Amino acid sequence: MGDTIANPINRRSMLAGSLVLGSATLALPRMVFARTAGSRNLLFMLLRGAADGLAMLAPVGDPGFAALRERTLPDYTAARRAQGFFAIHPALDQVGAAYERGEAVFVHAAATAYRERSHFDGQNLLETGGTQPYGLKDGWLNRLVTLAGEAHGAPPRALAIAPTMPLALRGSAPASSYAPSALPQASGDFMDRVARLYAGDGQLCALWAQAMETRAMAEGSDAGNLRDAKTAGELAASLMREEEGARIAMIGLGGWDSHANQPVQFARSARQLDALLGAYRAAMGSAWDRTLVLVATEFGRTARFNGTNGTDHGTAGAAIAMGGAVAGRRVIADWPGLGERVLHEGRDLAATTALESMLAGAAAEHFALDPKTAMARLFPGRIAAPLAGIVRG
Amino acid sequence: MSRDSIALNRFGYGLRCRETMSGAPVRSAEAALVAEMDRFDPRPPAIAAREDTSARAGEILELIRRNRNMRGRAERSAPATMGPQGRTAAMAGDAMGGPLAELPPDIRRAYLDGGRILRRDIALKVNLAARSDTPFIERLVHFWSNHFSVSAGKPGTQHQVGNHEFSAIRPRVLGRFSNLLKAAVLHPAMLLYLDQFQSAGPNSRFQRRVERTGPERGLNENLAREVLELHTLGVGGGYGQADVTEFARALTGWTISGLGRIERFAERRAGGASFVRFAHEPGTLRIMGQSYAQAGPDQALAVLDDLAAHPATARHVATKLARHFAGDDPPESLVARLERDFLGTGGDLASLARTLIASPEVWVTERVKYRAPFEWLISVLRLTGLEGLDDKRIAGALRELGQLPWRAPSPAGYDDLAGSWAGPDALVRRVELAERVARSVPAGDVLARAHSAFPGALSANTRVWLSRAESGTQALGLLLVAPEMMRR
Repeated sequence: MGDTIANPINRRSMLAGSLVLGSATLALPRMVFARTAGSRNLLFMLLRGAADGLAMLAPVGDPGFAALRERTLPDYTAARRAQGFFAIHPALDQVGAAYERGEAVFVHAAATAYRERSHFDGQNLLETGGTQPYGLKDGWLNRLVTLAGEAHGAPPRALAIAPTMPLALRGSAPASSYAPSALPQASGDFMDRVARLYAGDGQLCALWAQAMETRAMAEGSDAGNLRDAKTAGELAASLMREEEGARIAMIGLGGWDSHANQPVQFARSARQLDALLGAYRAAMGSAWDRTLVLVATEFGRTARFNGTNGTDHGTAGAAIAMGGAVAGRRVIADWPGLGERVLHEGRDLAATTALESMLAGAAAEHFALDPKTAMARLFPGRIAAPLAGIVRG
Repeated sequence: MSRDSIALNRFGYGLRCRETMSGAPVRSAEAALVAEMDRFDPRPPAIAAREDTSARAGEILELIRRNRNMRGRAERSAPATMGPQGRTAAMAGDAMGGPLAELPPDIRRAYLDGGRILRRDIALKVNLAARSDTPFIERLVHFWSNHFSVSAGKPGTQHQVGNHEFSAIRPRVLGRFSNLLKAAVLHPAMLLYLDQFQSAGPNSRFQRRVERTGPERGLNENLAREVLELHTLGVGGGYGQADVTEFARALTGWTISGLGRIERFAERRAGGASFVRFAHEPGTLRIMGQSYAQAGPDQALAVLDDLAAHPATARHVATKLARHFAGDDPPESLVARLERDFLGTGGDLASLARTLIASPEVWVTERVKYRAPFEWLISVLRLTGLEGLDDKRIAGALRELGQLPWRAPSPAGYDDLAGSWAGPDALVRRVELAERVARSVPAGDVLARAHSAFPGALSANTRVWLSRAESGTQALGLLLVAPEMMRR
């Protein structure tokens, strides 16, 4: 509460996109930005809810994986391999194709400085770039705008594709926000949670059960969400590919907190992510060559499945760097293994790479900034060497 | 629920974003509610600044009448060429039932304009409640507005229904019931809605004249019946058909302003209605055992004053008020106390509100009322601080949720029973809307907000599921549909 929306492009059209009942198309707002030098694009995608890195990029070459998650092995038998050792989740079809074209890098066993297991605190830390939740008030992406501006004369235009300004883009540097009429929603997961919220309430529980029964007979919401994901990807591209468009943008995507029935939920969310990125890549056209997409999540999930065929909050996970500017077809990981003794606290994939070092290193290379300065300014207090070589020189 | 939570949610419309319990001056929940009665602004700036288009109601009716006459002449002179299409358009003009495109341009424009005015007033009503610091009194305004329900279905009414609430009801919810009754019943919105504007006394000079010159028009009992059945005595309140007819006669002459042919005979009355003496039924009338010898408009006013003071009215009003605050089947002790208060004070609504606040039956800890859609949306807007929605979106949301203001299915208004609102599809609509709303507003510190919104009354279950949400946005969405938000 008390958050301000920094410099909204058009508050009315922004809200128009958010409270629509049924579907509506919305004309794009006129975006008039000053022309500045530099034509490199960065799209930061935050997967809210802790996406499971072990599902996203499964270490099938590690015998520990089969021991921990034997039941999911069939999902990966026909999946694309990454460096032989890993398998890319089949729902990430277009991401996998980009990997094979040499346009995507995975970073695995990565985590921020955060070692607790609260989504709110974890996302706060990943967005502020601090070492303690709520230690910083502005976001690392906003500081990147400032930093790039100092280096190149004018701050790159920044845009959140969201109804409200996400913390990562809040701060002193100018940033806008814009919401399309339909961002893909985590409706399936939300509905599941409502069911659990009502479990102890006789009246609401009965009403909800009836409603879901009716709904199951009607068309599922998945198709609509995939359509929305594609639309959001195309929208992001249309706001970024022109010279006067935004250079730095951010989209948050929910639906990753897979405590129950993970195989279904993860695949559902991954298909949305994949549809969005695939549509974004296609719509960027030739600007794709100058584009870097960074996909990260607040933390990973438990290595073992829980009693409800899901996973609980964990530690290290996976991240993706994708784009025409990426030196791809690689997995960057100092693989810690999945043996009982090497799991963090006996339950989570251990963190061997600082997620911040990937974000800072890739951003620095992409915008031709000094990596050490970028690390210090974007993620102050985080002692790690920025990763090098993610973006082609 | 704690007393603070009851004051906030059962009496009020829930916590406003950025408002915290700790920030309020320390006083009892009851004292805070009584203080709202002193602080209530019957004519806030948003209402004062509102453009009044009520005169257009009469203009639209004239427009339709002229159009119908023209068509009638055209059909009489060339029936073969006009065919069924001409008839359809004329009927559409009557009932607004036909496709808008078939209407003559000036009538079509008038309808579109009416729709815009109606949406503006719906949004005004919603925004007033969403921003109000006297939500208990706002609730009373809406309670009485629903008690004296008017609908925007008929031509012209779109320009009047907002006025009905803002000018006739709102300033009188803490006054005397008899004054509220007279203002609400004899308002152009009600006179239009329940057909009173075209009712004429069978023995009036007007009626004798139209019988010679044109189609017969006479007494319409609609308003008289609904006043007795819904607004005052209630079903089984001891009235018979003869009382309805006599009361309908007493009401004759009360009509709206701006109706062409009779306008020059119209005496303007406070509140926007007019009285046309030569349409009034002459003579002394007998209603519920009382004689009314008054001449002209005073006759109906005298009847309404007596109806307001009738014991059956006290019972009826007490029951409805108790049901709104203490559950679908309110305790008899509460109904009886409110009834005594009503009779003892001569229908002093402020006293009734104070008695309500002081009644233990209204402070029971279990949640006794399922929130109706309108109320739920107001609470959602207050809790999230969502602002700046345009008029169409507000009206659209309320239509989807199933409770568009001034569109109740009958003169009885919207039901005040859980059975009417607690349906599976209605619940899904709330959940879907909640997810969208949550994505449109900052979602910081949802758990703290939940504690403030339901002080001492947040269930452990809700707390757990909010804290397990994958993001602040998701937690906020869940809060908006949590059991605490669905019932008060």
